[in-house]
Amino acid sequence: MKGQQPPAGDLRLVDLTKRFGVFTAVDDLTLAVPQGSFFALLGASGCGKTTTLRMIAGLEQPTSGKVLLGEQDIAGLRPYRRPVNTVFQSYALFPHLDIHENVAFGLRRRGIRKVGDQVERMLALVQLEGYGRRRPAQLSGGQQQRVALARALINHPQVLLLDEPLGALDLKLRRQMQIELKRIQTEVGITFVHVTHDQEEAMTMADTVAVMNAGRIEQLGAPADIYEYPATAFVANFLGQSNLLAADAGGRAADDVLVTAHGARYSVPAGRARLTDGPAFLGVRPEKLHLADGPDRVPAGHQHVGGVVTDTSYVGVSTQYLVRTAWGSELSAFAANSGLGGRLAVGTAVTAHWDPRHAFLLPRAAGADDQTAPLLDGPPVGALP
Amino acid sequence: MSALAHVPASAGKPAPPPVRRGRSRLLPYLLLLPGAAWLLVFFALPLVQLASASLYDPSGSLTTGYAMTWAFGNYPDALQAYWPQFSRSFLYSAIALVLALLMGYPLAYAIAQKAGRWKNLLLVAVVAPMFTSFLVRTLAWKTILSDNGALVGLLRDVHLLGPDGRLLATPIAVVLGLTYNFLPFLVLPLYASLERLDPRLLEAASDLYASPLRAFAKVTLPLSMPGLIAGTLLFFIPATGDYINAELLGTPNEYMIGNVIDSAFLVRLDYPQGAALSFLLMAAILAIVFVYLRKAGTEEVL
Repeated sequence: MKGQQPPAGDLRLVDLTKRFGVFTAVDDLTLAVPQGSFFALLGASGCGKTTTLRMIAGLEQPTSGKVLLGEQDIAGLRPYRRPVNTVFQSYALFPHLDIHENVAFGLRRRGIRKVGDQVERMLALVQLEGYGRRRPAQLSGGQQQRVALARALINHPQVLLLDEPLGALDLKLRRQMQIELKRIQTEVGITFVHVTHDQEEAMTMADTVAVMNAGRIEQLGAPADIYEYPATAFVANFLGQSNLLAADAGGRAADDVLVTAHGARYSVPAGRARLTDGPAFLGVRPEKLHLADGPDRVPAGHQHVGGVVTDTSYVGVSTQYLVRTAWGSELSAFAANSGLGGRLAVGTAVTAHWDPRHAFLLPRAAGADDQTAPLLDGPPVGALP
Repeated sequence: MSALAHVPASAGKPAPPPVRRGRSRLLPYLLLLPGAAWLLVFFALPLVQLASASLYDPSGSLTTGYAMTWAFGNYPDALQAYWPQFSRSFLYSAIALVLALLMGYPLAYAIAQKAGRWKNLLLVAVVAPMFTSFLVRTLAWKTILSDNGALVGLLRDVHLLGPDGRLLATPIAVVLGLTYNFLPFLVLPLYASLERLDPRLLEAASDLYASPLRAFAKVTLPLSMPGLIAGTLLFFIPATGDYINAELLGTPNEYMIGNVIDSAFLVRLDYPQGAALSFLLMAAILAIVFVYLRKAGTEEVL
């Protein structure tokens, strides 16, 4: 049985490309997913993440490139010959079979006769004991999702693919399932490749996140690393929010890169600068942008810009401010509702300041202006707990 | 919570207001009335009439009149005289059904799942022959299968038929006619079932180690079962009772039970026998349908 085979090794995509007519969905993608890790492909809809997943599953043929599982190229194998299983976005449970038979489907197709014990164990793992005789239509969305998971996991695939499996669930259930999925992944030790457009989902669950945009990977790394030091302006604003000021980098001084933005001079540690010369974005995350009454109240070593509060929005754990600078950009700043310090009213003149060690410097297309995120309705990623 | 999951949602709601106008309570029956009256006058009464006719004294005639003698012997007599036509009816329509399934299932599947923007055009093409009369279409087949026709010529040329082999006036012609004439009744319900089939289920099956053939057997076929059952019944029942195809495309050697009933009522004027044969046919079909539905599972059909 496949489940008892030794793990095949890492999943590697090499120069993987998929074109639909003139549209390139996945563009020369190369990445490696270490065996046993929880890997998230994060991107907006249409960025090629689902197409990538479907190529791993075999439901889509790559235009070129390889899908390597260990040393074997599985790109040419039909889906039913791959040691890979998928949890579909729509769950795709078989409506004519009960839950037990849905879960047993993969085992039976591989000619395994005695499936009862395995199915029971798997239903227990997803906490659906006693539901075996129900039909999928009799279960709630969350339960169906867990059946879909059990149906894939029971085959002990080398790689489990999850195609936005939590997309249809409401917020509370989604959080619950995120924790559940992570628990199961740790328990069974199978490589998970999870596709999602939900940055928080990716960050909560994955060991490694790849942020995709227009068929390419913009950045790949541990969630905290990507969040703290994004590689591109897209990543900086897709994974959480950022205040990106149009700046020009101009040389180094000791361990710092010097930048000029809107007539003022700033510095960024060289270790947090993606470039040392040319057009750049000076970035600061909103929660690392603090507000003070005036320039004289700014802590030593911090850098600052002046502005006026134009909007405040109270979201419980924090208060989010918009600060309009002298040149008209609106920076966002989050202040924790820790009970220290009062709230600032709209119209207050403030000085926004940050520790240069929290800033980062990204490449900027010449001519691009400031990029600042508007206030969100809910607490954004990385908002204070 | 699992125990409560089956309780209908309405259980917790307050009962509807008890005071109801008499008229609104009568409304469903009023709506039923025209159809029920129609069925009573044109189906139930003739059925009773036919049943009693099947028990008339067989020695009577239209001119001398019939006496009601509870002549149950009409049934075994009719069966004994015409069992070849009976079995031929079921044999021909069974063969025609198999042929129709072989053609109709792929056709319905292609229209439902693969036709794309041609779907509506193809559906019209399936239904279009019905715009002309059944008789005209069967007569057209007479031309197609005729001894001097291109089809017979071709079959003779490739030696599938002997030099003076023919299609018309053979069992083949009758079966082909049955297949053709009732094919849409099979295809349309099948199409309706297959159209609802979610292709993502086939992807899931393929992801779960099912080869295309297994995916068909385990997913497509079971999910198209309601349409398949409805379609085979809609095909088989009228095909078994049909007499036009045997009449126009066959000879008395190919006559089916419909032809016998036809001649009993209209040529030989033997009403008791015609009625008894009609009831025997009805009973046989009902029995077959009953066994079939029992075997095939009926929850989605009836």
